[in-house]
Amino acid sequence: MLSVSNLHVAVGGTEILKGLSLEIPAGEVHAVMGPNGAGKSTLSYTLAGRQGYEVTEGSASLNGEDLLAMAANERAARGLFLSFQYPLEIPGVPSLTFIRTALNAQRKARGEDEIGAPAFLKLAREQAAKLKIEFDMLKRPLNVGFSGGEKKRMEIFQMAMLSPQFLILDETDSGLDIDALRIVSEGVNALRSSERGMLVITHYQRLLDYIKPDRVHVLAGGKIVASGGPELALELEDTGYDRFAPAAA
Amino acid sequence: MAAVKQTIDQVEQLEAYEHGFVTDIAQDFAPKGLSEDIVRFISAKKQEPDWMLQWRLEAYARWLAMDAPDWAKVSFPKIDFQDLYFYAAPSQKAGPMSLDEVDPELLKTYAKLGIPLREQEVLAGVQGAPRYAVDAVFDSVSVVTTFKKELAEVGVIFCSFSEAVREHPELVKRYLGTVVPTTDNYYACLNSAVFSDGSFVYVPPGVRCPMELSTYFRINAQNTGQFERTLIIADQGAYVSYLEGCTAPQRDENQLHAAVVELVVLDDAEIKYSTVQNWYPGDADGKGGIYNFVTKRADCRGDRSKVSWTQVETGSAVTWKYPSCVLRGDDSVGEFYSIAITNGHQQADTGTKMIHLGKNTRSRIISKGISAGKSSNTYRGLVSAHAKATGTRNFTQCDSLLIGKTSGAHTVPYIEARNASSKFEHEATTTRLSDDQLFYVMQRGLSQEEAVQLLVNGFVREVLQELPMEFAVEAQKLVAISLEGSVG
Ligand SMILES: Nc1ncnc2c1ncn2[C@@H]1O[C@H](COP(=O)(O)OP(=O)(O)O)[C@@H](O)[C@H]1O
Ligand SMILES: [Mg+2]
Repeated sequence: MLSVSNLHVAVGGTEILKGLSLEIPAGEVHAVMGPNGAGKSTLSYTLAGRQGYEVTEGSASLNGEDLLAMAANERAARGLFLSFQYPLEIPGVPSLTFIRTALNAQRKARGEDEIGAPAFLKLAREQAAKLKIEFDMLKRPLNVGFSGGEKKRMEIFQMAMLSPQFLILDETDSGLDIDALRIVSEGVNALRSSERGMLVITHYQRLLDYIKPDRVHVLAGGKIVASGGPELALELEDTGYDRFAPAAA
Repeated sequence: MAAVKQTIDQVEQLEAYEHGFVTDIAQDFAPKGLSEDIVRFISAKKQEPDWMLQWRLEAYARWLAMDAPDWAKVSFPKIDFQDLYFYAAPSQKAGPMSLDEVDPELLKTYAKLGIPLREQEVLAGVQGAPRYAVDAVFDSVSVVTTFKKELAEVGVIFCSFSEAVREHPELVKRYLGTVVPTTDNYYACLNSAVFSDGSFVYVPPGVRCPMELSTYFRINAQNTGQFERTLIIADQGAYVSYLEGCTAPQRDENQLHAAVVELVVLDDAEIKYSTVQNWYPGDADGKGGIYNFVTKRADCRGDRSKVSWTQVETGSAVTWKYPSCVLRGDDSVGEFYSIAITNGHQQADTGTKMIHLGKNTRSRIISKGISAGKSSNTYRGLVSAHAKATGTRNFTQCDSLLIGKTSGAHTVPYIEARNASSKFEHEATTTRLSDDQLFYVMQRGLSQEEAVQLLVNGFVREVLQELPMEFAVEAQKLVAISLEGSVG
C-alpha cells in the first residue's frame, strides 16, 4: 500500500527528513512516534503534497502510484486523507457544504457520479451520531470558533464521510479529553479494514491504547531509528526518546 | 514557492471574458462629439417633449462649467468627450415593439447572454426559464420589455425611460432629478444632458410587485458612451425587487459608462436593488475595458421606508460608484451589501453613503473587497447623522481579502455624527488568502482553482445571500470566473 523509500525532505532550505523509509501494507496500522520537532508533521505534509516541502531524494508511492508526481487534490482522489494536527478554519463555508464539495470533487476525479443530497445527508446524520457531533454544528462554517477537541472530531467526521483508502492521523489525540479520545478512536477503528492502511502519528503512547497498531516506528533525526511491535510504544513510555537522541545527531 | 503566487502578467482569465463578442448589426449613430446640437439630436431621436429637451439643455450648460472629480483612488487618461459617440441605436423604429419586430441578431445576442426575452417560453414552463420581467437595453436604447401586460394588471409600470417620458410625463416630471440633482456631480450632470435610455418603474400604493424586475444593459457599439437613466418609485406601502446586469464586448479602447439611478421610497415602502456588474475589465496589460462612473442614490422620503442595495462588481477597468441612501423619513432603513472584485489591472473605488436625516433611522453596510493581480480596490464610505436625527444606528463591516502580493486594498471610512444619541459601529479586517487554507482544502480533494473559489465564496457569502435566488447562483459563478487564474 504505502511505500516510502529513502525520503529526503527540505523545508525552507533545511533538510528535515534524511532518508526515511517505511512500508505499510494494506490492512495494517502503523504508528510513528517521536519527540517534538522530529519531523512527524513534515512526513505527513510531504505525503499529502503540501507545497514548500521539497523532496530532494527518495520516493513515496501509494498502491504503486508515484505520490510525489501528483498535486495534493490528486492524492486525495486516490484515497489519501490527512487528519491535520492543526485543522484550518474555513469562514463562510458550512461544514456540510465543504465536505460535500470535497466528496464530489473526489468522486468526479475518480469518474464516479456525484452523490445526491438525500444520500449525503443520510450518511452525514449517521456518522455525526457515531461521533456525537450535534447536527447543527455541521451547518456552521467549518472549524470556525470550534474548540481544539471539536476540530479534531470534525477531522474524523470528514474522514468517515470521505471514506479514504489510506489514513494519516497527525497527533489526533492532542487536545482531546479522555471521553473525546475514546469516541474519536472508535471512529478511527470503524474504518479499519483489510483494504485500508493507516499511519498514526503521535507523541504519546496513550492513543495507542485505543487504536492498536500492528507496528510501531520511532522517528528521530529525520529517520526511522527503531521499529517493533506494540510493545515498543510501551517501552518508550518508560524510557522516553532520550536514548534516540544520539542517533539524531 | 508559495501556493498563492502572484498572477502578475499572465492573468489568463481576462482573455477568458466570455461576454466579449460583438453583435454585427445596423446601427444609427449621432455624429461624434458633444455639443448642444448633439443634445438636441438625442432628444429628437427619442421624440421627447420640449420640457425634457429644456431639462437636458440646462444640464448641458451646467456641465460645461464643471470639472471632473479627482479625489477617487483611480487613475486613467483624461477622457476626450469630442472623440466619443453619445448615441448609438440598432436601426429600428422608435417606441415599444413586440419580440417579432426585434432584429433576430439582437435576440441571438441576448440568448447568448442567457437573458430571457421570450415570455412565451417562460410561461410555457421551459425548464430553467426564470420568471422575471426584463427590460433589455442595447447601447443607447431599450429594445424590449417583457411581462408588461401582467405587471400592468396590478398597476405596476415597467418600461423604458424613453417610453415613460412619452407615456407617463406627470410621473417623470414629478420625480426626475429629485434624488440626484442635475448638478450633483460631473458625471451625473453629463448623464442628465445626454442620457440615452434605461428603465422606469412605478409601483402604486400598497402593491407588492408580483415578480422580480430586471434590466440588462449591453454596450455593443464602438467608441460609444452609455448613459442610462433609471428611475424607480415605490409609492406608499409598495415593494419591488429590481436587478440590473451589465456586459460589454472586448474592445481595445476604453468605453465610458456614466449612469444615474434614482430611487424614491415613500412611507412604508421598500426597494431592493441588486446589481451584477460584469463590464469588460480590459485585457491582461490593462488595455481597454469600461470606465464605470455611476451615481446611484435612494431617497427614503417616507417614514419607515427601506432601501437595500446589493452589488456584485466584478468587471470594468475603472469603477467609481457609491450607491447611497438618504434616510429622510423617520425610522427609515438603508442597507448596502457589496462584493467588489478586482483582478489584473482593474481599479475600483466604491462604497456607500448613509445620510441619516430622520429620527431613529438605521443603516447597515457589509462590504467585501477582493483584490488579485495588480489591481487596486478601495472602499470609501460615509455615514453621517444630522443634528435632529436622534437615535440613529449604523453598523459597518468592511472586509478585504488579498490574493497574491501585488494587489492593494484600502478602506476610507468617514463618520460624522452631529448628535450625541447616534450609535455608529465600524469593523474592518484585511486578510490574505493563506497557503495553509489552500493546502487544507486541496488535501480534501479540490483543485487549486476550486479551492480558491470555495474560500472566496465563503468570504462573500453574507452578501451573496442578499441577492434574489435566481441571481445568487449566477453571481457565484461570476465571482469564480473573475478570479480564474489569480493563483499561481
Ligand atoms: N516551514 C518551516 N521552515 C523551516 N523549518 C521548519 C518549518 N516547519 C517545520 N520546520 C522544522 O522542521 C522540524 C520538524 O518539524 P515537524 O515536522 O513539525 O515536527 P514534529 O511534527 O515531529 O513535531 C522542526 O525542527 C521544525 O522547526
Ligand atoms: Mg507535528
